[in-house]
Amino acid sequence: MNVLDMTATQLSAAIRAGETTAVEAAETLLAQIEKEDKKYNCYVTVDREGALTQARAVQEKIEAGELAGPLAGVPVAVKDNICTEGLLTTCSSKILHNFAPTYTAEAVKNLQKAGAVILGKTNMDEFAMGSTTETSAYGPTKNPRNPAHVPGGSSGGSAAAVAAGECIYAIGSDTGGSIRQPASYCGVVGMKPTYGTVSRYGLIAYGSSLDQIGPLTKSVEDCAAVLEALTSHDTKDSTSVSRDDTDFTTALAEDVKGLRIGIPNDYLGEGLNDEVRTAVLQAAEVLAGKGAVVERFDLSLVEYAIPAYYTIAAAEASSNLERFDGIKYGYRTEEYAGLHNMYKKSRSEGFGEEVKRRIMLGSFVLSSGYYDAYYLKALKVKALIKKAFDEAFSRYDLILGPVAPATAPKLGESLADPIQMYLGDIYTIAVNLAGLPAMSVPCGEDSRGLPIGLQLIGDCFQEKKLIRAAYTYEQREKKF
Amino acid sequence: MSRQYETVIGLEVHVELATKTKIFCGCSTAFGAEANTQTCPVCTGMPGSLPVLNRQVLEYAIAVGLATNCDITRYAKFDRKNYFYPDNPQNYQISQLYLPICRNGGVEIETQLGGKKIVGIHEIHMEEDAGKLIHDEWEDCSLVDYNRSGVPLIEIVSEPDMRSAGEVIAYLEKLRQLIQYLGASDCKLQEGSMRADVNLSVREAGAQTFGTRTEMKNLNSFKAITRAIEREKERQIDLIESGESVVQETRRWDDAKGESYAMRSKEDAQDYRYFPDPDLTPICVSEKMLEEIRAGQPEFRTEKMARYREEFDIPDYDIEIITGEKPLADLFEAAVAMGAQPKKVSNWIMGETLRLMRECEVDASDLRFSPANLAKLILLTDTKQINSSVAKEVFEVMFAENVDPEQYVEEKGLKIAGDEGALRKTVEEVIAGNPQSVEDYRNGKEKAIGFLVGQTMKAMKGKADPGAVNQMLRELLQN
Repeated sequence: MNVLDMTATQLSAAIRAGETTAVEAAETLLAQIEKEDKKYNCYVTVDREGALTQARAVQEKIEAGELAGPLAGVPVAVKDNICTEGLLTTCSSKILHNFAPTYTAEAVKNLQKAGAVILGKTNMDEFAMGSTTETSAYGPTKNPRNPAHVPGGSSGGSAAAVAAGECIYAIGSDTGGSIRQPASYCGVVGMKPTYGTVSRYGLIAYGSSLDQIGPLTKSVEDCAAVLEALTSHDTKDSTSVSRDDTDFTTALAEDVKGLRIGIPNDYLGEGLNDEVRTAVLQAAEVLAGKGAVVERFDLSLVEYAIPAYYTIAAAEASSNLERFDGIKYGYRTEEYAGLHNMYKKSRSEGFGEEVKRRIMLGSFVLSSGYYDAYYLKALKVKALIKKAFDEAFSRYDLILGPVAPATAPKLGESLADPIQMYLGDIYTIAVNLAGLPAMSVPCGEDSRGLPIGLQLIGDCFQEKKLIRAAYTYEQREKKF
Repeated sequence: MSRQYETVIGLEVHVELATKTKIFCGCSTAFGAEANTQTCPVCTGMPGSLPVLNRQVLEYAIAVGLATNCDITRYAKFDRKNYFYPDNPQNYQISQLYLPICRNGGVEIETQLGGKKIVGIHEIHMEEDAGKLIHDEWEDCSLVDYNRSGVPLIEIVSEPDMRSAGEVIAYLEKLRQLIQYLGASDCKLQEGSMRADVNLSVREAGAQTFGTRTEMKNLNSFKAITRAIEREKERQIDLIESGESVVQETRRWDDAKGESYAMRSKEDAQDYRYFPDPDLTPICVSEKMLEEIRAGQPEFRTEKMARYREEFDIPDYDIEIITGEKPLADLFEAAVAMGAQPKKVSNWIMGETLRLMRECEVDASDLRFSPANLAKLILLTDTKQINSSVAKEVFEVMFAENVDPEQYVEEKGLKIAGDEGALRKTVEEVIAGNPQSVEDYRNGKEKAIGFLVGQTMKAMKGKADPGAVNQMLRELLQN
């Protein structure tokens, strides 16, 4: 029995059966972090003491029969943009280098209720802006499948920690693909839930209308279990939705008979790596072989998603990030002459290049005289994209395609050309604009041994269909 | 001055709503707490926190909109107004620009000439207040108190329909009255729960277009508003007369100096980069909600005045004063409901209450004594248990600390002595001790009886009914 190889479901069962304890599990994971993290840099902060204290408390509850779920006693890694009371939450930015929140995010509280043991906070692109985890102020995370490559981003630390066995599962946030793309690059399962499913209270906002917290796990079963624990209707978040279909683990069935799956031609066109295309189409074959009805169709408007996304996300970010000003918490410049000079210097020194680029872009599209031409137009595009998906979902239960055009690039290849990097988000971004749920499931690897991800997209609130299809696909290998 | 000028004024009025909790979080709005004790992650703009609209704020805003004849926006939104300042913890204020909750309203005011006119209301929007900066010159630093951050405000933006300070005051009085009647705010200028910024321009009489306007801030009383308008009007006319032009700018009124100075000009105007706040869902005002608020609207002043004329036999002048301030009307009605005679309640309000309010500078909304105690006091005088001068004395104590008049009179032994024997004894002593006055009276000097009554009252320490004393004196002097 090796704890490091276990899924959350397996580990919690082993703890309940008395084969191991939450404390032993936490110690094993902390030892693994100690051993491996110098190589991969998955964590910004490891909370050794806190994890052991939580593990002891959870173990007592498990023994008392108060905790019995699939996450009880299981160690988790939390992305560093999700607030944890008293535990540094830096967003991988210098400007929050010393920020310990006064409260815990609702999503994390939900995990704690389910008996989660928090190991620490994972590295990310600064303020979730980036696709490689290279924009972190605390150094890049490396892909455990090949450390010369990036883990993807922005939840790169979370995906890599799962892949490196430095946690049993992790949570991340997805604004334009930030869970699915790193899951794809690192060969783990990732899900971005329907907008409003997981409370954003305590998630340090990037693009408020697009952000969702979601799981990164080893298996589809874990993904369903973690999503079930994360979900709640939170009155502290006005955009939180009340759902009565959150028993996601009931969808873990090998059954896709008659499920209508559409593959957008737009997702298989120019720019898509051949090996990725082949792997994705093979995955579609597997589902078809199990009884799904698979066909190609034209989704349309795909090319407009990127400009619309970068306009809306940057606009919201430019406002969301205004609170980081050196006044109340975080980094303040050493020397300054007056208030406005302090703002200017603190922010210039505290934010990294990519964040500053998006703040400037966002400020520009909201400025008077440009608001209608850029921001309002982007909102209109967003509405049209939603309509195109509505149309597609009138015919299909799910949409299938690649997560990213290629597998993980090498470290240092991406940041020099931000436009090229933005284009890499082409298959994931529209999902956030339309508020849809989507999953990334491993579907093989390329000739260099780098993982490839299959993306499944559902209509709003159709996570169960996603889970069912993903589980059915995963069972081809009977790995879990 | 040969040319005739017309002053054109529009107002932006901020009103702090009387909700118990803040607009986007559950923190208390109570005034005067220790700095930063009424705060949470939301109203201090902590990363990751999110706003949730307090429904009461929306209801008050709609109620004010209905009372001022506005169209209620059925699909409204909140927008972010982005600007950096430390009193604003997020560095954006949540307000409404694109789809404010109320639009196209107006209220009727009386002009100085006794006519009536409508002052249009362009819009009413909801927004959050900022924190308070405290500059500590001793320590050479600035501190911020976020207790006020997130206190709900509505901003009522008028059309440029007013032409004089008198009309401005009439408009403000009208708004204050309506809002006080709604219970949506106490509308105190001095304490800042009602704040007015004055937009003013002048133009030659008969001109079709408006002149360049200035915006005046820091006006903390009706008197300051009047003075600032008069002064700004003169300043602008002087500029025009001397061939200069008015600069569009924001000015700050210094009431002590009686003049204003420029704060910032239009050129420095910031780009607030307004956009809809993605953290708040759009507000959909249902027909049902609108109906409920409409049904819950109180009796406003005009209706109340008509009812008073119908129900109570008190002078029109009294009705006007009493209904002019909601708390006075409430006091009046409650005391009458407890059985006090309307005319007597009215007299107490018009006389002693208003006198003490003026002397002690107390607002109607801060009156301490209860209607029940006023009713009791009236009963004590009606039943001749105390005389009117004792009643006034007791009322002053009630006014200061809301004592129960029955208990107070009892404790202090202020009741008129019901014991005739004691009174007779005192009267006899006064007659014996003042032979000159007795003589004068018997010689037909009526006035002398007054002196003797006074002496008796003094000897009784005021605890006698002067009428009864008078009668007994005459009786005994006849013998």
